[in-house]
Amino acid sequence: MGKSEFTFSHDNYLNNNTGKSNLMSWLTTTDHKRIGLMYLYGMIFFFGLAMLIGVVMKLEMLTPGKTLIDAQTYNAFFTLHGMIMIFLFIIPGIPAVLGNFIMPIQIGAKDVIFPRLNLMSWYFYIFGGIFAIASLFLSGGPIDTGWTFYVPYSIRTNTNVILPLLGAFIIGFSGILTGINFVTTIHRLRAKGMTFFRLPLFVWAIYATAWIQIIATPVVGITIVLVIVERLFSIGIFDPALGGDPLLFQHLFWIYSHPAVYIMILPAMGIVSEIIPTFAKRTIFGYKMIAYSSLAIAFIGYFVWAHHMFNSGISDLSRMIFSLITFLVAIPSGIKVFNWVATLYKGSIVFKTPLFYVAMFIFLFSIGGLTGMITSSLATDVHISDTYFLVAHFHYTMFGGVAIIMIAGLHYWLPKMYGRMYNEKLAMWSGAIIFVGFNLMYFTMFILGYQGMPRRFWSYLPQYQTLHIVSVVGMVIFVMGMIVMAYNLIRGARKGPIAPANPWGGVTLEWRIPSPPPTLNFDKDPVVTREVYDFTNPDDYGLPKIEERGINE
Amino acid sequence: MSSNEHTNHQISYGTYVIVWLTLIGLTVLTVAIAGVNFGGIALILAMAIAAIKSTFVISYFMHIKYDQKIFLVFIITALGSLAAIFFLTTFDVFFR
Repeated sequence: MGKSEFTFSHDNYLNNNTGKSNLMSWLTTTDHKRIGLMYLYGMIFFFGLAMLIGVVMKLEMLTPGKTLIDAQTYNAFFTLHGMIMIFLFIIPGIPAVLGNFIMPIQIGAKDVIFPRLNLMSWYFYIFGGIFAIASLFLSGGPIDTGWTFYVPYSIRTNTNVILPLLGAFIIGFSGILTGINFVTTIHRLRAKGMTFFRLPLFVWAIYATAWIQIIATPVVGITIVLVIVERLFSIGIFDPALGGDPLLFQHLFWIYSHPAVYIMILPAMGIVSEIIPTFAKRTIFGYKMIAYSSLAIAFIGYFVWAHHMFNSGISDLSRMIFSLITFLVAIPSGIKVFNWVATLYKGSIVFKTPLFYVAMFIFLFSIGGLTGMITSSLATDVHISDTYFLVAHFHYTMFGGVAIIMIAGLHYWLPKMYGRMYNEKLAMWSGAIIFVGFNLMYFTMFILGYQGMPRRFWSYLPQYQTLHIVSVVGMVIFVMGMIVMAYNLIRGARKGPIAPANPWGGVTLEWRIPSPPPTLNFDKDPVVTREVYDFTNPDDYGLPKIEERGINE
Repeated sequence: MSSNEHTNHQISYGTYVIVWLTLIGLTVLTVAIAGVNFGGIALILAMAIAAIKSTFVISYFMHIKYDQKIFLVFIITALGSLAAIFFLTTFDVFFR
């Protein structure tokens, strides 16, 4: 990013004052804001790559039999699409980008507590990503196990399994280190008067997420090592032919990978809890209950993993217990949704792009959640297991839930991050196009799955073709919306009109400093004497007054 | 910024030596009972001794006994999660 592109008079983190070249100043930075942006750029690359792979997969489904790629390439593509999207985009996504950039400012800190460790986490992330993708270009071919690496196939396939597994292992370290950094930062670096119950709800969500990263991620690390050892030395841990237990692998894998779903969704829920009060211009309804529900989701989320194994041959007692616990997650999730809606009720709503995406989220995530009831019921799960129904359910929760809110967060905080605004009209239109395309693409999959279309198949029976074509049309519309949205954000960040420090009338600390933020965030340490979403007294942080030119005023 | 208090509690060398000797004693005990046929509870005994040893290491060598209680809460949270995961897995392992 060239220095000349920015015309801000105040010292800010985008200026290169290090005496190093511009590139080196970024690659060696320990500034949490710059590291957040470096994660963002890495994720845009990985997301773009995985989306491209997804587009080719969808086009392959236009006709029964071969359309574009052969069966083996299709197997590799759905594996890489899943691996990149899960491990390199959606798990680290919001914590690494927005958690890094926004959280320290929201608690009144100058940086995270371990800035160098933060930079190291980014390098782990990038090297892990390179390992994961390198298998594409090596002899033996890319990994074809699916992103879940299920044994015994992952032990027996001749494709490159170990390299991507090592990639996931290294990325796991990145997550653990980020989690430790965030937990310690939130405990140690809060501004004077910033008690836990004065923390913004995004910080609460990041805190709960960081705990999951610390406690759950090592389990998948150990599991990955065991698969590699089994592949190399045939010890008989997982391979039934050697006396091992393949269900042990599934237990271990999902003990991490189900809590990982909450690593993805909790920060998204935190962003929703920031955007809604700002655009409803009133304090959030049920602050403590939303905060506690984040911890409750993180806690219950640990104990539902075997619902991924209902049809794998685990015991009936186990299936009943895990089905029951799975239903319990609906309670804290419901608390959040009802509190958000109650906040909007009788609020002075300003309907801008971030709130538009939040509305989309509530609609899409509700569909994802309600279809989750069908998958967590033992009897109905038998019918829809391993079908397109699962693919649709997963994408409604993960894209409709997490990615939509990541986009909302980028629209919400872009003026703060770059000090510039995007085009509001274009943002609204692109959001609408994404919404239409997404539903056309994925709702069709619910019907396909219900009718029996199995997932991960390269070909299909002719009776499914019409719905597949409808889904592909949805994909084309969706991708067009994504391109327009990305263009608008990138153009806004580079050349958009200068944004005021607080364009939305937000009351959390990040809106009390100039945009883009100064290198050390605060010229003077803030003092917190008020509740976090108090719209009656927004300026009371003991900070110098900054210019206010609300765009919506 | 919130206060970053740290208790610089001095632990005597004597305490460290006693803990070290206790750990060696427990290791010897683990090896000794491995030679006795305890049947189904042999594994539980070995794990129990290992847990006692870990408690000594965490309490004294990692200073958790003398540090702020919040660290103890963190450790109990992590160990409690692990115990719950073991417990829930038994519903599959023993009833499959």
